[in-house]
Amino acid sequence: MTEPAAAAYLKPLPEPTPATKPFWDAAREHRLLLQRSKQTGQFLYYPREVSPFGPQDELEWAEVSGRGSVYSFTVARRPTAPQWADDVPYVIAIVELEEGPHLTANIVGCPPGAVFIGQPVVASFEDVTPEVTLVQFRPATGGGSTPAP
Amino acid sequence: MSLRGKAAIAGIGEFKPVRYTEGATTLGMLAEVARLAVADAGLEFGEVDGLITENFAEAPFMAPSTVVEYLGLRAKFAEVVDLGGATGAGMVWRAAAAIAAGMCETVVCVTASRREQRTTSGPRRSASSGFSGRRVDRTPYSDFEVPFGAIGANYGYALIAKRYMHEYGVTPEQLAKIAVAQRYNACHNPNALFFGQPITIDDVLNSPVIVDPLHMLEIVMPVAGAAAVVVTSAARAKKLKHPPVYLLGAGEHTTHRSITYAPSLTHTAIEAAADAAFRMAGVRRKDVDLASIYDCYTITVLLSLEDAGFAKKGRGGKFVDEHNLQFDGDFPLNPHGGQLSFGQAGVAGGMSHVTEAARQLMGRAQGRQVKKPRLAFVNGNGGIMSEQVSLILGRDN
Repeated sequence: MTEPAAAAYLKPLPEPTPATKPFWDAAREHRLLLQRSKQTGQFLYYPREVSPFGPQDELEWAEVSGRGSVYSFTVARRPTAPQWADDVPYVIAIVELEEGPHLTANIVGCPPGAVFIGQPVVASFEDVTPEVTLVQFRPATGGGSTPAP
Repeated sequence: MSLRGKAAIAGIGEFKPVRYTEGATTLGMLAEVARLAVADAGLEFGEVDGLITENFAEAPFMAPSTVVEYLGLRAKFAEVVDLGGATGAGMVWRAAAAIAAGMCETVVCVTASRREQRTTSGPRRSASSGFSGRRVDRTPYSDFEVPFGAIGANYGYALIAKRYMHEYGVTPEQLAKIAVAQRYNACHNPNALFFGQPITIDDVLNSPVIVDPLHMLEIVMPVAGAAAVVVTSAARAKKLKHPPVYLLGAGEHTTHRSITYAPSLTHTAIEAAADAAFRMAGVRRKDVDLASIYDCYTITVLLSLEDAGFAKKGRGGKFVDEHNLQFDGDFPLNPHGGQLSFGQAGVAGGMSHVTEAARQLMGRAQGRQVKKPRLAFVNGNGGIMSEQVSLILGRDN
C-alpha cells in the first residue's frame, strides 16, 4: 500500500437519517444534542422518529452538558474489526451521561490502563471527515486520574 | 392455554462441528440435518407437516418454503425464527405452540452454519466494502455502535464482565473453572471440537486476553455445523422409538439489540424467561437434573446461573466454587462440552443445548451420560444478552 500519509478515514461511518441528522449536525458544531420526552423531560439516546416513552409522547431536541461517567468499559487487545487493527489497545466504553442515557464510545486522551468504572468523562468531538464528527469521551480531569474514594 | 406437556422432542440430528466447510451449501446442510432428525425419530418425510428454519444468507427471503421444497414436505406450518443464539430454543416452543393449536402435528426445527476458510483469513477489507461501503443494513447499531469499533460480541460480553466484577465481584479463577469443567465434558464427547484436549485453570488464565477481562479460552470458537430436532404431539411421541422428551415449560424475553441499551448489564432478560418457564412447568430449581445453558463466554454462564435462579445474584462465583459442574458432578452443566468446547456452529450452536438436553433425557449420551436425568433446564441466548429463551424439558408429563 502506497497511500499518502493523510489517508482517507477507513473506518465505518454513520449515515445520518432524517431522525438522526440534527444529532450529527450538532456534533459537527461540537455540541451534544439529544432528544427528550415532551411529557416527562426524560432524555433519550439514540435519536428516533418515535418516542419509546409512550404512544402519546413526543420528542424534542435539547443541548446537554456532555458530562458523564464510565459505566463499563473494555480494553480491546485484539481488534474488534479489521479497520481497528492499528489501534490496539483501545477502549470501548458505555458512558452514562449526566442526563441519564447510556451511549457507546471510545475513551480517548488517556492510556487504556487509566480508565476505570465511575471515571468522570466529558464529550470529545472528533472530526474524522469533513462531513462526520464522532462524539468520543475523554477524562474530565485530564487523564491519569485515580478512582474517587 | 399452557404448552405444558403438549408436545415432545422425538428425534435429534446433529453434525460433528468442523472448523471449515468446503463448498457446502447451507441448504444442503439444513436438509441433511433435518433428514437425520426425522430418521432418528423413525418417521418418514410424509409424516412431517411443519418446518421451522433459521435465516440463511443464500435465501434472504422465503427460506422456509425453500427448505420445504428441497425436502419435498407438505407443510401446514412453515416459518423462520431469528433470535440469534436463542433461535433453537425459540423454535421448540413455537413448534409446540403450533402443534397445541392444532395447526400441525410434527415439526422439524433446523439450523445449520457453513464456514468457508477464505471468509476469515482473506485479505483485509477495503474501505469500500463491509461496514463503510454501500450497505444493506441500516440500523441504529450501524450508526451508533459500529463507528466506535463496537462490533461483534466479544466487546459486549467484556463490558458485562467488567460491570459485573465492579458490582458483585467474581475471580478470574471462578470464571475459568466454568471453561475447564466444560472441557472435561468435551473430553468425554468424541463429537466435540476439543475432544482429547483437556485444559486447566492455569491454561485459561495464561491464554491471551482478547478483550479485557476475557481470555481466549473463555470465548467460543466459531465452527461449522448443524443441529435439528423433531417436535411432535405428545400422543404421537409416545408411539415412536425414543422416550419422549416433553416440553414442560417455556419463556422468552427480549429487551435490546445492542448492549448499550440493555436495561441492566448484570440483571439479564433470563430472569423473566426462566421464571416464565419454571412457572409453566410447575417445577422448582432444585428439581432440575441438568442444565444446558448457552455459553458463548464464561461470563454468560455465570449470569445465566444467577438469573435462572440456580444461584443468588452476586453469588455466581461462589456457586461455581461450591459445585462440580462436570457431567458426573453434583450440578451437571453442558455435558456435551458446551459451545466453549463443543464448538459454536452459528445458530446451530444454540440448538446444541436443546439436542444435548434431549439426548441426555433419552439416555443416549453414552460416555458423558448424566445419571438418570428426568428434568433439564435449557437456555438460549441471542446477541449480547439480547434475546432469551428458557425451556424446561422432562421425561414425565
